[in-house]
Amino acid sequence: MFAFIIRRLLQSLIVMLAVAFISFSLFNFVGDPVNNMVGQEATAEQREALRVQLGLNDPFPIQFARFIGNAVQGDFGVSYRLSRPVSDVIATRLPATLELVFVAAVLALVIGLPLGVYTGLHRHGFGSKVLLTLSLIGISLPTFLIGIMLILIFAVWLGWLPSFGRGDTVQIGWWSTNFLTVAGWKSIIMPAVTLCLFQLTLIMRLVRAEMMEVLRTDYIKFARARGLSNRAVHFGHALKNTMVPVITITGLQIGSLIAFAIITETVFQWPGMGLLFLQAIQFADIPVMAAYLCLVAFIFVVINLMVDLLYYAVDPRLRVERSGGGH
Amino acid sequence: MAIQSDTKPLLEVKNLRIEFPTRRGVLTAVDDISFDIMPGEVLGVVGESGAGKSLTGAAVIGLLEPPGRIAAGSISLEGQRIDNLPYEKMRQIRGRKIGAIFQDPLTSLNPLYSIGRQLVETIQTHTDMSESQARRRAVELLADVGIPAPERRVDQYPHQFSGGMRQRVVIALALAVNPKLVIADEPTTALDVSIQAQILDLIRKLCKERNVGVIIITHDMGVIAETADRVAVMYAGRIAEIGPVRDVIKHAKHPYTHGLMGSIPTIGHDTEKLTQIDGSMPRLTDIPRGCAFNPRCPKAFDKCFVDRPELIQVEQTRAACWLYEKEAVHG
Repeated sequence: MFAFIIRRLLQSLIVMLAVAFISFSLFNFVGDPVNNMVGQEATAEQREALRVQLGLNDPFPIQFARFIGNAVQGDFGVSYRLSRPVSDVIATRLPATLELVFVAAVLALVIGLPLGVYTGLHRHGFGSKVLLTLSLIGISLPTFLIGIMLILIFAVWLGWLPSFGRGDTVQIGWWSTNFLTVAGWKSIIMPAVTLCLFQLTLIMRLVRAEMMEVLRTDYIKFARARGLSNRAVHFGHALKNTMVPVITITGLQIGSLIAFAIITETVFQWPGMGLLFLQAIQFADIPVMAAYLCLVAFIFVVINLMVDLLYYAVDPRLRVERSGGGH
Repeated sequence: MAIQSDTKPLLEVKNLRIEFPTRRGVLTAVDDISFDIMPGEVLGVVGESGAGKSLTGAAVIGLLEPPGRIAAGSISLEGQRIDNLPYEKMRQIRGRKIGAIFQDPLTSLNPLYSIGRQLVETIQTHTDMSESQARRRAVELLADVGIPAPERRVDQYPHQFSGGMRQRVVIALALAVNPKLVIADEPTTALDVSIQAQILDLIRKLCKERNVGVIIITHDMGVIAETADRVAVMYAGRIAEIGPVRDVIKHAKHPYTHGLMGSIPTIGHDTEKLTQIDGSMPRLTDIPRGCAFNPRCPKAFDKCFVDRPELIQVEQTRAACWLYEKEAVHG
């Protein structure tokens, strides 16, 4: 178990290095940040001086080594666009995105899981058919369209919810939260719903497929033959056996929620990292872009590690056998 | 049959018919079968794949899978009809009064729960026992089915047990709350030959001790010979012959049973060649008129192709064969 974690951590380290390398080398080709930083009238000497100051003239390996060396200390340099340390910029944006992703993930799980169980149990029921049809819509409609439709209905026509921004936030240390004010909750509803819709339908369909698979197994038949209640059979025995694939997919989806958040944040002008990243691309703000990609990769790695550990919690077959088992 | 008139049968199945509605019409998988079981008696049900023996077992325990349905007849346990009970009532009988042992011990147990938890869960579903009482009972049960070091094994997971040991756990689960009847559907088919006899002995011993009636469903005549008191031979959804094991094996009446016995090699007898029954069992869609066995029967005559034979008492057994019509004693 412990050796397993160490091994996974080492693998994660390699992944992080690879991501850092790829993102850093890619961004050397997205444009010259100096053009955006100095005015039209800047002389060639001024430009050159700035390049030297930013270290842009150094050979690639040296630039990369400097980037890694600073990054492990949490220093991703200074944003070219905002002239502030990238770590500060990200620290102000990170809570917004994480809270959005958190609410979306919770919604997707809390709604998707029961709906999946329901449609898996009542395969031929009318309710299941309606839900499956609706889920097709959820899977096929693009995020920005759903977002804009929600804004049209709930912000423009009904005027119930704000159409953009985070509303009122409360500062706790460096973390700003939506969860402590009514306006904050009102603001997060629409972006979170928009963001979760795809994941929700995915989880629902996955749980449904897994449930149908598991319900056919012998141990479910045997559980029924033992006279266990439907509740125990469906939730105790069947649902738990669907959990390994569901945990895998959900874990990966939390990562892609952060990625999808770019679009949602743009539609709702949500001041999170996705929006920051888009602005950084337009400005060729390399330090911000590199830091963003490294952070997302880091979150992915952490989630994957947690998923692996959850397998151990769910499935006893994966646990290390100390007491020399069967014979 | 030697039925003591003062003992009531534990299970009575009367004129049971199981049907499957399909797009091309209704298929009759089990057609008008009747049998009963005394307390503590072991009835073997033998037949080829598709003869309807597993469906009969599923019908008794109330777990026929839709679209299969009981179309006619009745099933009574201790004089009470159980074939038409609502789901919840039948659920309380399953496990409590009727236990089940399935074919594959490797897949019968939920891999994610310890066997102790699965036993405790079964016990607590049907009794008022507390967690610790149920756990003590679980350990006792594991000891009863011959699992060494039950106090330690009770917390282990199915994958830590071998196939034979898992089938013992399944037997413990089937007997957990002292049912009156156990349905064992191919209980040894998935096991090593060396383990088979142990498991059969165990089932027989435990059920005799506790006066539990058993239906052993199998395609293996050897299993029947070793375990059962009486045997019902099924063919194409009907009972071809039913009677005490010794009589059916030694003096088979129905030509199908006769052929079946002829196909079993015996040790110590120099049999030149095993007999085989030509052809195969008809599909459910084209069961012939009259006796279902008539296309393969070496002794078939005119009447066999027209009328379906009822079970006719011949000596100790009853056979569904027109050959014995003259000998039938009516009344």
